[in-house]
Amino acid sequence: MVAVDTVAPPRAAAALSAVAHHDWRMKLFNRICAGVLIAFALVWLIPLAWALDTALKPNAETTRTTWLIENPTVDAFVRALRDTDMLSWYGASFITSTLTAVGTVVTGSLAAYALSRMRFRYRNVVFWFVLAGIMIPGQVLIVPQFREFDAVGWLNTYWAVIFPQVPTAVAVFIFKQFFDGLPRDLEEAARVDGAGFFRIYRQVIMPLARPAVAAVAIFTFVHTWNNLLWPLLVLTNPDLMTVPVGLATVQGAFGIRYADTMAMAILGALPLVAVFLLFQRNIVEGIAGTGLKG
Amino acid sequence: MTTETATRAQPVPSRHSLTRPRSEQGRAATGFLAPFLALYLLFIIGPALYGLLMSFFDTSLVKPGLSAFAGIDNYVEALSSTAFWSSLWHTIWFTILTTPPLILLAFVLALLADRVKTGRWFFRLAFFAPYILPSAVVALIWMWIYTPELGLLTVTLQKMGITAPVWLGDPAWAMPSLAITTLWWTLGFNFVLYLAGLQDIPRELYEASAIDGAGPWQQIRTITIPMLGRTTTLVAVLQVIASLKVFDQMYIMTSGGPNFATRSILEYVYDEGFTNYRVGYAAAISTLFFLVVLAVSAVWFTLVRGQEKEV
Repeated sequence: MVAVDTVAPPRAAAALSAVAHHDWRMKLFNRICAGVLIAFALVWLIPLAWALDTALKPNAETTRTTWLIENPTVDAFVRALRDTDMLSWYGASFITSTLTAVGTVVTGSLAAYALSRMRFRYRNVVFWFVLAGIMIPGQVLIVPQFREFDAVGWLNTYWAVIFPQVPTAVAVFIFKQFFDGLPRDLEEAARVDGAGFFRIYRQVIMPLARPAVAAVAIFTFVHTWNNLLWPLLVLTNPDLMTVPVGLATVQGAFGIRYADTMAMAILGALPLVAVFLLFQRNIVEGIAGTGLKG
Repeated sequence: MTTETATRAQPVPSRHSLTRPRSEQGRAATGFLAPFLALYLLFIIGPALYGLLMSFFDTSLVKPGLSAFAGIDNYVEALSSTAFWSSLWHTIWFTILTTPPLILLAFVLALLADRVKTGRWFFRLAFFAPYILPSAVVALIWMWIYTPELGLLTVTLQKMGITAPVWLGDPAWAMPSLAITTLWWTLGFNFVLYLAGLQDIPRELYEASAIDGAGPWQQIRTITIPMLGRTTTLVAVLQVIASLKVFDQMYIMTSGGPNFATRSILEYVYDEGFTNYRVGYAAAISTLFFLVVLAVSAVWFTLVRGQEKEV
């Protein structure tokens, strides 16, 4: 803090005592803030804790509605993995989400590089044409897209899940913004060395664009993994279903076997909890930087 | 590099042109844009135009081709059907129930979290982890919590002496129940956006106002809220659009019931197109829905323009 000598003018002294006073008030205020926040955070954790609590009980014990577990068991998880198609749903979700994320990153960054660094005719037209896509919510396209895949016989294939989710206008926009902010010196140096556009893109630009690649890849992965409506329409074959479609389809069949149902829910959540814990920073920074949603 | 250019006495390259002839750049650009544009045309723009076309025909899911030309009949039917208006109203009702708490609570919690120095990761985990869960997982957990007689919420309220409604089974309570679930599920997204907005406010502003004798409440009123204006606009519009697109919660938790009380507009599209096979009509509803979303985006654009002029 500022040192005060005895001859400090009265105004400065008053200001300082005000600061000291505020220090005390601020501290109390911050304590209360922390208390309220912790209370909310605990409330927010209840549903997940309750799901886990239920899943660790035998089915018969779940109807008593208490946090106490008399006979803890992991049988519900064993049954979920053994008796349902959970593992095959994991596979389907993993394949479609990974391929969609790769496709979105590659096509989006290539297009963005052209829009950011090259001069060509109709550049602005192309840019606005892509930007217009941000305005179209994917959900309004389900009817014509379904007819399209029906016509070419691609229903009940992973391609039907992947292809409509690859071209993402927002991804092009995010990459373009990122590329626009990169210094051009390195590219110029590479060009002097005789590198072509593609080599510059691959060896100079993409390594620099790692934060943008991470954000787009993680978000596309999570969105594709969680998407329900579209895969629900195109994947009716139980062997091909993704996790959300599988869970939505079997939820009625479990009836009052609440431990089994919660074990399925937790298993369905697990891969994404892992993604979240691994990439917490990328996810949070990605949202903060771009505000992408839905 | 600069010296090299200078000694060769060449003109300094312009910042954009990358010093290659335009024709070469044009060819390279075509190659770079081709993969994205091909998929974009095939799977986004193509279907969008096809859907628009289909909305003027009596197209059926089970018959190939467009079938008979219907003119604007599909639109006339939608706009004069109670099913359309009630599902649109349910969607708007859901948006009204979810948007204010999702904005206000996210703002308040972010404000609190911004003052707490330690354990940020814990709050991020608690509020944000639900957001990345699949809707089906969220739905399963909350259906169990809402279960009459046995559910955690019902039993807890009972212990406090409150008779709980039958939540999802009561036409009046079904939508608020879905809204509570959605609040729990998606709050973290807005929370993170607000937290980022708060961190962008220069600390000096607070320090200066503290020396001027401003208390915490005054600081929030005079500094925080005005400085977060843009963040709030962004959060509000993204929230309204996300709420209007609601489908998953209803589809899994209530199937649009009880008695269609929670059927959203997207579920109406789903029912007409894929249960009744009337894809022409479903395409017309989709187009009308698209216009609503477009209107919201237009309002946002106007608001942002206004805010930029103020600054």
